[in-house]
Amino acid sequence: MDAKISPDPHRPVGRTDDIEIRLLLEAIFQKYHYDFRGYAMASVKRRLNQARQKFGCATLSALQDRVLHEPELMTELLSFLTVQVSELFRDPQYFRTLREKVIPHLRTYPSLKVWIAGCSTGEELYSFAILFREEGLESRTLFYATDINPEALKKAEAGIYDLDRLKLFTENHRLSGGKSSLSDYYRTAYGAAVFDKSLRKNCVFSDHSLATDAVFAETHLCSCRNVLIYFDCALQDRAIGLFQSSLIRKGFLGLGAKETLRFSRRSEAFSEFARGERLYQKRDLA
Amino acid sequence: MKKSAIQPQGQTVIQVTGVPKEAIVIGASAGGVEALSAILPHLPADYPIPVMVVIHLPPDRKSLMAELFDAKCAVAVREADDKVPIERSTVYFAPADYHLLVETDRRLSLSSEEPVLFSRPAIDILFETAADAFGPAVTGIVLSGANKDGAAGLKAIYDRGDQVVVQTPDQARAPDMPLAALAAVPQARTLPLEAIADHLLTLHRAEAP
Repeated sequence: MDAKISPDPHRPVGRTDDIEIRLLLEAIFQKYHYDFRGYAMASVKRRLNQARQKFGCATLSALQDRVLHEPELMTELLSFLTVQVSELFRDPQYFRTLREKVIPHLRTYPSLKVWIAGCSTGEELYSFAILFREEGLESRTLFYATDINPEALKKAEAGIYDLDRLKLFTENHRLSGGKSSLSDYYRTAYGAAVFDKSLRKNCVFSDHSLATDAVFAETHLCSCRNVLIYFDCALQDRAIGLFQSSLIRKGFLGLGAKETLRFSRRSEAFSEFARGERLYQKRDLA
Repeated sequence: MKKSAIQPQGQTVIQVTGVPKEAIVIGASAGGVEALSAILPHLPADYPIPVMVVIHLPPDRKSLMAELFDAKCAVAVREADDKVPIERSTVYFAPADYHLLVETDRRLSLSSEEPVLFSRPAIDILFETAADAFGPAVTGIVLSGANKDGAAGLKAIYDRGDQVVVQTPDQARAPDMPLAALAAVPQARTLPLEAIADHLLTLHRAEAP
């Protein structure tokens, strides 16, 4: 029992585990240019300790030593540091709201650019591609699907998912107001569902970090779901700043069901468009 | 350091030692709604210590816990939004299908990382991060449930402080979770639900100047 820990809201400086994490993340950034320094630490700490145990290291300092000297370890560590959880049409009501409230606005543009930030293994991208095809917007839309994890991006480009997930995906699609049958978009082979490659013909998959990279395109809609939850407030502000810069006047920003701009310094730049679904619209003068 | 004596029902006098509590974390599973209903409505509107709750729910459903308890309670009851600053006189529920974590800057954060013991939200994650953020200024309470979630988390809180409570297993609708918590922390106090409510009010008084 550590009796010395003060109940003072200002955390005591110099706690060994805090120092180790900071140094490890700094080492990863300097050596591999993956920047997790602005991530929400409670979750990072847990996951780094899981990695530490997996790699049989007694301390995070020992893990740091190995990460610096064994580059192949970084690829594995990346899977601990990034969380890949997604579904097709996750939170169907979000996609229903896009379909019913946002698509009518998007229809008024002759061409569209949509940024799926933190696309993970691609489920969100395919959801959008199917939604836009059903709504007749596919041919005028360019999608950017970005993530920091190259392994995830590869899976996103492949568009292959375990067949046992398809029941949930199909139900989600139906609840989102789907106008077609999800089975129209994939074929099955060897216990997997392979999504039609025509769905990604208007999609650019790219390595992009919300922590270190800049804006690369002007977009009409940014969807970034369950990514900001892993960031601390300062990094959230940076990411939201990128979306703000990328979006056209009155462009749309969609977040995860429990993410909010309420605590952001940039909340003034957006208005709530559909609050329950965390859909925001960039203000005229922002 | 303040000390005050309390007398839980039918038990010997236990000293409330340690530092004033700045947070309370509660974990519950099967039988949890009933158990929480015997505790949270007793907190007065100005109850100063924030309370974070994880209750296991089916992942595919919107949690109605916050709305349900907000209607029953004098304190404000909210479903936690990501990065919400922890405020006094407020009870925060983990949203369905997200882990709830406490950051060291006293904000709550959410995560979709893998389930722990088949549970998301997991009691262990809330408890462990709360122990890390609050040290001995947090107390943990494990209520009725049919699995082992919460045991490791309760141990983490106990290891950094001295205040942990487990619902009397005999009284719990599902005793497995209290029993697992007691196996991990045999020094935990076992209290029936009525006494847990009194205990929380005592913590408040212990904190008052």
